[in-house]
Order: sequence, then structure tokens, then C-alpha cells
Amino acid sequence: MSLLEVRNLRKSYGALKVTDDLDLTVDEGELHAIIGPNGAGKTTLISQLAGQAGSDGGSVRFAGTEMMGMPMHRRVRAGMSRSFQITSILPGFSVLENVAAAVQARSGSSFRFFAPVSKEQALNDAALAVLARVGIADRAFFRAGSLSHGEKRQLELAIALATRPRLLLLDEPLAGTSGQEADRLVEVMRGLKRDVTLVLIEHDMDAVFALADRISVLVYGRIIATGRPEQIRDDARVRTAYLGEEAGEGS
Amino acid sequence: MTSLFLIQFLNGVQFGILLFLIAAGLTLVFGIMDFVNLAHGVIYMVGAYLAVTFSQLTGSYGLGLLLTLPATLLVGLVLELLVFRKLYDRPHLDQVLATFGLVMIISEGVEVIWGSAPLSVRMPELLSGSVPLIGPLRYPVFRLVVIGAGLATAVALWLIITRTRIGMRLRAGATNRAMVSALGVDIRSLFTIIFAFGAMLAGFAGAMVAPILTVDPGMGESVLILAFVVIVIGGIGSVKGAFAGALLVGLVDTMGRSFGPIILRSFLDPSAAGQTGRVLAPMLVYILMAVILSVRPAGLFGARS
Amino acid sequence: MRLIPNRAWAATLLFTAFALLPLIAVWLDDIYLIVIATRILAYAIAALALDLILGYGGMVSFGHAAYLGIGAYSVAILSRAGITDLGLHLLAAICAAAVFALVTGAISLRTRGIYFIMITLAFAQMAYFFFVSLSAYGGDDGVTLAARSTVFGQPLLESDTALYYTGLALLVGLYLLAVAITRSRFGRVLTGTRENPVRMQAIGFSPFRYQLTAFVISGCMASVAGVMLANQTSFVSPAFMDWHRSGELVVMVVFGGIGNLLGAIAGATIALLLEEWLAILTEHWQILFGLILVLVVLYSRDGLTGFFRRRL
Repeated sequence: MSLLEVRNLRKSYGALKVTDDLDLTVDEGELHAIIGPNGAGKTTLISQLAGQAGSDGGSVRFAGTEMMGMPMHRRVRAGMSRSFQITSILPGFSVLENVAAAVQARSGSSFRFFAPVSKEQALNDAALAVLARVGIADRAFFRAGSLSHGEKRQLELAIALATRPRLLLLDEPLAGTSGQEADRLVEVMRGLKRDVTLVLIEHDMDAVFALADRISVLVYGRIIATGRPEQIRDDARVRTAYLGEEAGEGS
Repeated sequence: MTSLFLIQFLNGVQFGILLFLIAAGLTLVFGIMDFVNLAHGVIYMVGAYLAVTFSQLTGSYGLGLLLTLPATLLVGLVLELLVFRKLYDRPHLDQVLATFGLVMIISEGVEVIWGSAPLSVRMPELLSGSVPLIGPLRYPVFRLVVIGAGLATAVALWLIITRTRIGMRLRAGATNRAMVSALGVDIRSLFTIIFAFGAMLAGFAGAMVAPILTVDPGMGESVLILAFVVIVIGGIGSVKGAFAGALLVGLVDTMGRSFGPIILRSFLDPSAAGQTGRVLAPMLVYILMAVILSVRPAGLFGARS
Repeated sequence: MRLIPNRAWAATLLFTAFALLPLIAVWLDDIYLIVIATRILAYAIAALALDLILGYGGMVSFGHAAYLGIGAYSVAILSRAGITDLGLHLLAAICAAAVFALVTGAISLRTRGIYFIMITLAFAQMAYFFFVSLSAYGGDDGVTLAARSTVFGQPLLESDTALYYTGLALLVGLYLLAVAITRSRFGRVLTGTRENPVRMQAIGFSPFRYQLTAFVISGCMASVAGVMLANQTSFVSPAFMDWHRSGELVVMVVFGGIGNLLGAIAGATIALLLEEWLAILTEHWQILFGLILVLVVLYSRDGLTGFFRRRL
């Protein structure tokens, strides 16, 4: 059953069509990777799906509900979260507070003015559990801004997870991570599969082909092919349009 | 009624032109440098005071006005070199505080130099008469000259911005700052020029109104905030927006004060109309700003919010 | 977080010092000291209110003097109508401030950065002109109050010391309220939005509602300062909401260290004492004050805001 159905999604900046009548279907429970050369419009697509960037037209149906025109924060509450390619955290907050804020967003009203939020055990416990899942529970009481780059990438993922999404849009979660950190994040994503439906944008082809159930190839704002990893690897159009050397090296 | 309308309309245009001269420099500074300058109003005031002094020294208002231009240009240069230059990369809060400090220094400094009593400058004989408009209606020549000079400045600015190389850089800078520096333009000197030029325009405005307004230490303040309203309405960084916004604010403010009570009288009793009109009229431009912002948060000609 | 016990100590110390001040004034036989101190308390309340949105919410409001004026005119208008009770004065001030903040905040918060600064300034100026045109209340010249607000129908506040302690009680109460707010769920959303608004949207918050609520709370708190100030001077005029006064409030918050509620109180104290002291030196004290301001901003590393920024 499809969880996300995108039809005729469009967006242009002046004459430049960044998203050009794009169709995409993501099934419940799958990890759907989107690959494509630089400038193909991958991050723009994620921003459009998440509601951060506006769209010129088309339809985004999530779990049967039309999302077009809905602002980002409401899409998040509907169960659709994103992570950012360029780490976007609350640097002055502790690691725990970063995640607890995300838990707070989905548990009860935040128009509460008197009780100290740091003493809300339910929020802290849930946040700690997510931190443990991505492997940075030991950093819980550090200032988020003081983390290493790899740890920030883990925190980025943790914050998105803490919103408890049905669909998680991951924008290059491995960007800038070293081998060991990347392995760690790949393991986390593998653990997430089936629990959460994932749309993954990633340049690391080893990770993509190891994790993805299906892959869509985005070139100049259009999906030119969708299929299982081995189909994509063998697709002649994909080879000419994009994969070329990278796939050759990878396989 | 029509004659009163015509006169108030011209007064409104004249006030709008004045606001434009002040807002033009300010909007470029805001748009291109993303810089909050609260000290722009005091430069307008300094321009008026300098015009008074130079007129007295030379015995001629025209010469006084001419001398005021380079003098306020110099004031702008000095302020840019000493203070503003160090603030471009700072948070808005720092810019607000430092320029607020300048306002305190300059306002008080003006009182020290010129005293707090209002000053005035004699209008040149040649321009002190009035010309017939329609029928028995006459309008002061000087105010027409102010309108003419302001329009000429607007046209000159428009030519500079659309036809010259520096104007192209300005326009590019107002929409995309990173691009201008990427093009290898010496952004520092561009900033200096804009600042000094903006200061000169404000000084020009101050010098031009010196014969028709009283020159006092408070004159820069209300004008500064009205210039802000103009910029917000027109859209930050847009000289075209500043022009449209300035005329709009000038007309609405002037006409609102004289016709508000008259219009209100048609559905309120006279005393209530007078009272309501007096309360509402000065608030009109701010209400106008609020309405425009509700519809277009980036202003009429603004590219970004 | 580690600072909290220290902050509690510092607050206790500061408020104790304020509480003992009238004794010192009596001992020195200098009643003017209480007058200055009452002014300091009033401005401390306003600075505290501003810090809530400036320090914690990242909203640089340059029009907070409007709320001083709204508070002050609430006293003047109600007193004229024969209502003299302090509680009712406060209630009216808070309600009026809430309405003004709700309307102007909803419009201002559609914008960011420079726009926000200019628009809050412009709306304060609108309030200024509104009161200038109220000829029944003296217009430009303002109006002298017949008497201070009453408590339980008694003219208790006619004593400067009683007024002082009332101000102190209000300050302490509002300080505790503000501390609670910054540590609450709401406070977390507010600070988070200052740190990174996009991130807050990406976890499901709509910043606007929280920012607007904070803006309204801050306006209401600042109006209390206006009620105090009107009682202290027994005089109300549009000068209460002159834009210079808005600027001075920002200066106070920054002097004390933004995002540090106790600092706002300290900042108000420092700024007013500095004014008093400079005014003794020269009648043109504004030049010196402005000079200090410019120099501190220019020559402290990372600017004043960086220089004074404290951990939360």
C-alpha cells in the first residue's frame, strides 16, 4: 500500500524548472532512496514534500490526505518529518533538550507557562530512548553546539525520529561523516526499516544499494527510473544519465 | 473645497518629496548592507542647521544650501569611517545600539552648538512670492521649488540607478549581496559611497526645508520614523518603493489631517468628528502601513521580507 | 543550567539589597534616593519584560516604551473617571497592553530582522501620537495626577516608601513569573525558536503563535512598569513613550546581559545610575552616555551582545 503519492509536482525558479511534473510513489514500510547528480533537485524535492518550500502545482498525498498548502509544522504533526543535509539543531540547547523539544511537540500543549519542562520525566525518558537508539545517549547533557560533526549528524537523525514519524525524509544523513560514523548511521537506518517508511537522499552509493528497497533516479527535476537496486544498476538510461563511473566503481 | 484640496494635495506632495529624499539613502543602506541606521534623521537635522549657519555666513540661502551638500557628505563619510564600517557584520541589535548612541551624541551636540531655541533662515527674495494656480488661488513659489528640486533629484537617482555602472551594482546589491562581492566589486567603497551619498540627500532635504520649517533639535526624530514607515511600505532596498511610499505617506498624512474631520462630519456630529479626526489623523500613516503589511509583508516593491 | 543555584542566590542578594535600601535612605536622610530607586524599580520591570522577548525570543522590539505609556495613561484615565484602585489600574493597563500587543505583534511578527525593528518603532510612535492628540488629557503637555492610586480605598501609596515596596513586590513577582515562563514548556519553544526557527517548524511547532503570545505577555508586564512610573511622578505625558525611551530600554537589557532576567534588572539599575551620575557632571550628559554606548558596542569583542551574552 502506498503511503506517499506525489503527482505532477512542479516548482520553478524563474525559467529553471527544478521540479518538473514529478511523480513518485512510496510504499508503507519501504526504504525508498532517491539518487541523482548534483543539481538534480533532490533537496528541493525534500523541502517541497516537507512543506518547507512552496510548490507551483501538483499533488502530495500522504496516508490518503492531501498535503499541498499545508505548512511544514502541520505535516510534521500528520506524521511526516525531515532531516536536513546541513545540520539544523538548537546549538545552545543540551543534546537531550534538542530531542525532548521534538518529543514535546507531539505530546500535549506547549502553552504551559509555569511547570519547569526539564522536570518532565516523560519527555526526558522518551528523548533518552531515541538518543540511545542513534547511539549518542552518553552525550545527552552536552551542549549540542559542542558536538563533533558526526555526533551532530546522529543528533539530527535523533531529532527527526523523536517526532515519531510514519514517513521520514532523510536529506543526506551521511553528509560529511567519516567511515566509522557513517557505518554507525547506516546501522541505525537499517534498524529503522519496517518501523518507519524512509525516503533517503544519499550520495554514498554503497549505503544506498545496501539499504534501499527501491531506488528512484532524479535527473533535472524528473524521475527517470524507479526500481529495485539491481534493476537500477542495470538500467541503461540510468547509466547514461547519471550512474556511469560511480556505479561501475561500486559494483 | 476643490481649491483647499489642490493646496493640500500640493502640500502632501511636497512633504512626500521631502520624505523621499530622506528615505532614498536609508532604504539603500538597509537593503544593500542589511544595516539599521537610526542616525539618519539627525543628519537631516544637521543639514538644516548647517544651512542656517552657512546662509548667515555667506548672506545667501542659495550659497548656504550649496555648502551644506559637501558638508553633510563629509559628515556621512566620517560617520561611515569611524562607526558604521565596524558594524556591518554585527547583529542588528549592535547596529541599533551604536546608532542610537550616535543619535544621543549628535542631538545633544547640536543643542550645545546651536542652542535649543528654534532657528530660521530667510527665504531668498526671488522665491518668497506666490504664483496663481486657478482663479484667486495662489501657492508659494518656494514650495513649488522644493517639489521641483525633489522630483529632479528623483529623476537623477533613477538615471544613476538604471543607466550607470554603479547603479547596476546597487541594484544587484539590493537583491543579492553575495553576488555583488562575488563579482569582485569593492564592496567596502561601494558602501562608503552609498552612506555618504545618503547622508548628503538627507542633508539636502534638511537644507531645503530650513526656510519653511522651524529648525529645532527635535526635527529629525519624527521624520526618521516616518521615513521608516515609507521604507516598510515601499519595500526595503527599493528606491522606486521609497518614492511611491513617500508620496503615499506624504499625501495620506497631509490630506488626512485636513480632510479627515470633514469626511467624518458626514456621518458624525461636528464635535465628535473634530475630536475623532484629530485623534485618527496622525495615526493614519501607521494604519496604512499596517494594512499594506498585512497584504504584502515585503512592502509594495520589496523582493524579500 | 548549572547557573541556576547561583542565579537564585544572586536574585536573593539583589532583592534583599533593594529591600534594605529605604533603611539606608532614612539613615542618610536622603529621600531623593527612594525616588530614584522607585524609578529604577519601574524601569527594571520594563527591562525584564523586554528581555523576555529580546533575550529569550530573539525579537528586537524597539517600541516597548509604548507599554509604559499605556500603563501610565491607564492610571490617568481611570483616576479622572473616579476609579483610583491600584488593582483596577493594573488590570486596565494589562488589558489595554494586551490588545495593543496582540494587534501590533500580529502584524510585526509577519516580518523579520530590520523590518521588525522598524515596525515596532513605528507602532510605538503611533501610540505616541494617539496620546498627543488626546486633548482632554493635556495632549503634548500631559496631565498631572490628583493623587496616587489607592489600595483598599486607602491612600496608602502617598508614602514614598510604601510606593517603593509596592514596586519591589511587583518586580519580584514578575521576576519569578518570568523565570517560570522561561523554564516552562512554552519557554523552551520560545528559546528554541530564537535559536533556530526552521528546526522548530521541522519538529512540529508553528513559531508565530508562541512568539505572539510572548510578545503579548511582555507588553502586559511592561504596562505594569507604566502604572508604577505614573504613580512615582504623579504626572503622565506622551513623553513616556518617546522612542528614545524605547531605545533606553533596549540599552538596559543589553547592559545587563541579554537573555538573563536578573541582568535586565541590573542593567536598568546601571543605566539609570549612570544617567544620574553623568547628569551631575554635565547638563549635556546625553553626549557622554551616547559616547559610552558607541564605544562599548564598537570595542567589545563580538559587540555588546556577544560581550554580555550569558549562558542560559
